[in-house]
Amino acid sequence: MKNIDFLMAGVGGQGTILASNILAEVGLQLGYDVKKAEVHGMAQRGGQVDSHIRWGEKGYSPLVEENNADYMIGFEMLEAARFPHFLKAHSLALVNDYRINPPLVNLGKATYPSKKEIETLILERADKVLWIEGTGIAKNLGNPAMVGVVMLGALSTLIGGDREAWLDVVGRMVPQKFVELNK
Amino acid sequence: MKKLMTGNEAFAYGAYLAGVRVGAAYPGTPSSEILANYAKYPGVFAEWSPNEKVSLDVAIGASYAGTRAMSTMKHVGLNVAADSLFYAVYTGLKAGLVIVCADDPNMHSSQNEQDNRNYAKFAKCPMIEPSDSEEAKQFVGLALDMSEQFDTPVIVRSVTRLSHSSTPVEVTDQEPPPPPEELPAYERNAQQFVMVPANARRRHPVVEERLKQLAEFADSTPINYIEPGDSKLGIVSAGVSYHYAREVFPDATFLKLGMVYPLPEKLIRKFADQVETIVVVEELDPFLEEHLKLMGLEVRGKDIFPILGEFSPSLVRSCAVEAGLIEAPEAPPEIKSSLDRPMRPPMLCPGCGHRALFHVLREAGVVVTGDIGCYTLAFAPPLSAMHTTGCMGASIGVAHGIDKAGVKDDVVAVLGDSTFLHSGVHPIIDVLYNQGSSTTIISDNNATAMTGFQEHPGTGKTIQGRETKVVDPEKLVRGIGYEKVDICDPYDIDKMEEILQDHLKSEEPSVIIARHPCVLSTREKHTPPEVDPEICINCGICLDIACSPLVQEEDHVRIDTLLCNGCGLCVKVCPQEAIIEK
Ligand SMILES: Cc1ncc(C[n+]2csc(CCOP(=O)(O)OP(=O)(O)O)c2C)c(N)n1
Ligand code: SF4
Ligand code: SF4
Repeated sequence: MKNIDFLMAGVGGQGTILASNILAEVGLQLGYDVKKAEVHGMAQRGGQVDSHIRWGEKGYSPLVEENNADYMIGFEMLEAARFPHFLKAHSLALVNDYRINPPLVNLGKATYPSKKEIETLILERADKVLWIEGTGIAKNLGNPAMVGVVMLGALSTLIGGDREAWLDVVGRMVPQKFVELNK
Repeated sequence: MKKLMTGNEAFAYGAYLAGVRVGAAYPGTPSSEILANYAKYPGVFAEWSPNEKVSLDVAIGASYAGTRAMSTMKHVGLNVAADSLFYAVYTGLKAGLVIVCADDPNMHSSQNEQDNRNYAKFAKCPMIEPSDSEEAKQFVGLALDMSEQFDTPVIVRSVTRLSHSSTPVEVTDQEPPPPPEELPAYERNAQQFVMVPANARRRHPVVEERLKQLAEFADSTPINYIEPGDSKLGIVSAGVSYHYAREVFPDATFLKLGMVYPLPEKLIRKFADQVETIVVVEELDPFLEEHLKLMGLEVRGKDIFPILGEFSPSLVRSCAVEAGLIEAPEAPPEIKSSLDRPMRPPMLCPGCGHRALFHVLREAGVVVTGDIGCYTLAFAPPLSAMHTTGCMGASIGVAHGIDKAGVKDDVVAVLGDSTFLHSGVHPIIDVLYNQGSSTTIISDNNATAMTGFQEHPGTGKTIQGRETKVVDPEKLVRGIGYEKVDICDPYDIDKMEEILQDHLKSEEPSVIIARHPCVLSTREKHTPPEVDPEICINCGICLDIACSPLVQEEDHVRIDTLLCNGCGLCVKVCPQEAIIEK
């Protein structure tokens, strides 16, 4: 069994916690020893929310080590740009093509980096950045907070493995129409 | 069957399985979810107590009555409950008592980084420390058994990274032991339970003797063990740090400690005889390291790893490489480009009533002694309207002290409703009794919002969802003897301003209750207002209320309608009347 380390990064209210719970459950279902850590201060107030999820034969630390993540799932562009140092060489990044301004940007006291700059930064480690219209798709389905399920749908096709396990877990944890989307 | 559980869920499950029937707590990150989860199990009594000291006394009482009990809190909660911890160690108990207490290395959500292992030694109370959720479940049961075997409370230590991480836990259809049909009458034994000096003097030697027995127990308990490995390097660790160390030193010999106080000296010596170099990997204080040094052992620890902050596998590895304990691993290419990535500090929610209050306070130019809760965020620019915050309940006494020192400034104390009932009542009595003239403002949002909207004595609901009496802060302060008391919704900013000025002028000690329910918990929303770009002169005055939907564009301000709560505060503060209610 190959170890897989995932890093999720988003902003409070985007549903990263639900998505990380799903990803951890799927790992357990696939027979991995799973560890998951939420790293957040005051998430509900629009702060950063990061999750570390580890699938392995026998895991120890719930935190992913820098230079070691296989996948990064960014729910927001700037949040994705904070963690390239966690990625290993030849890793993959899935990033929601969505921007939420931090307060300093709104106040005109800082600038939001461009999509191009963010991509260049992540590509120093990752082989590829997959931009996903996650929020757009979730909004069309009636609930922008389901962006995580959209992101996981894309991730599942990359990791492969047992589709039934994914669908089973998603079916238990989210509303039906988002399950349909993943089929 | 294995189920993923957070450390906090596992603590609750372990308590349920071990037959804990009374659980009490005051919320505090990262411990709050322990009692919230425990309260859902059948056949248990759970309560949010007004503060941690009360919660510990309640658990002690249940244990005196012969029922297994639990009290949970965050690290600083034990400062509040310390007096009770110390007496319970002296009196001993009738049934198992476990205190689950969570430290917060790196202060993800705390005002300090205290290492509560020091309390174990200070109070002479045994402490055990699980390293993952399975151990969290098991250690609660073990703590209760130890508590009954040695007649002492037992502290189970957690940290943020354990409480908020999920790892698999074995779940069975095992049921907790059935409750007794009827508890026997309360057994009266004043010699043991009344701590007057004469009795306490008899109890202290019992405590010392018990510690010796616990030290022997530490040497035989299976939760302390040696994991054989290369004899060159011996690692001593406990809790989550053990897992980081395991990843970084896969070949070393390990001493994994499940019990951190008292320590197993025989086992430690046996371990020391097996290895050439001993390294202690522990977050925060050199608690284990100092003990080993006192035993005369040569050990390394804080000369390699920091005393500050939280550990991670990356940090443990880089320190170990620097100290020459391991080779540097092969690393991917270094990241060369640098990118300015603005931080995302937490902010008051759009529509939060605290914002309206602090807008008025800032405009009035008063000194604000603050307290702990969501409203503490008002200290940050651009609101910049709070000038002290220390610990829960400090605001009122600090304001009174500043007042008595005789400074010229107007000073008001501001604290939340949950904080007021936690530790604001005694200081507010002090102001009245000692003829102070300061004004206390209770920013009442009808919730313990900061830690996840827990109920409290002012909300009318218990943790288990039962309707109950409401402790009304107005009646409370009037009952104490306050005569100048006003209640105002801070969204009525003109009236709020007027009441504030009236109270500042008055020499009488006074209370203002600024009442607006927490919108994140009520989910109340209105249609967002609109900025008329023709009228807006882009002065930026509205931006000073620090509300995230307000965005400054090239030549006018815009409102992000997805984020906006429609509360209308910005409409009121715009001097040009450019923001129009819809
Ligand atoms: C002794 C202690 N216990 C618990 C906490 C955690 N804590 C910080 S603020 C707070 C409650 C805040 O509630 P309230 O005063 O009503 O303010 P709100 O967040 O609702 O605005 C709690 C439980 C703490 N910091 N110190
Ligand atoms: S959670 Fe409630 S009290 Fe806290 S900032 Fe949001 S609206 Fe205000
Ligand atoms: S109406 Fe104005 S002050 Fe209220 S939430 Fe919307 S932007 Fe913020």
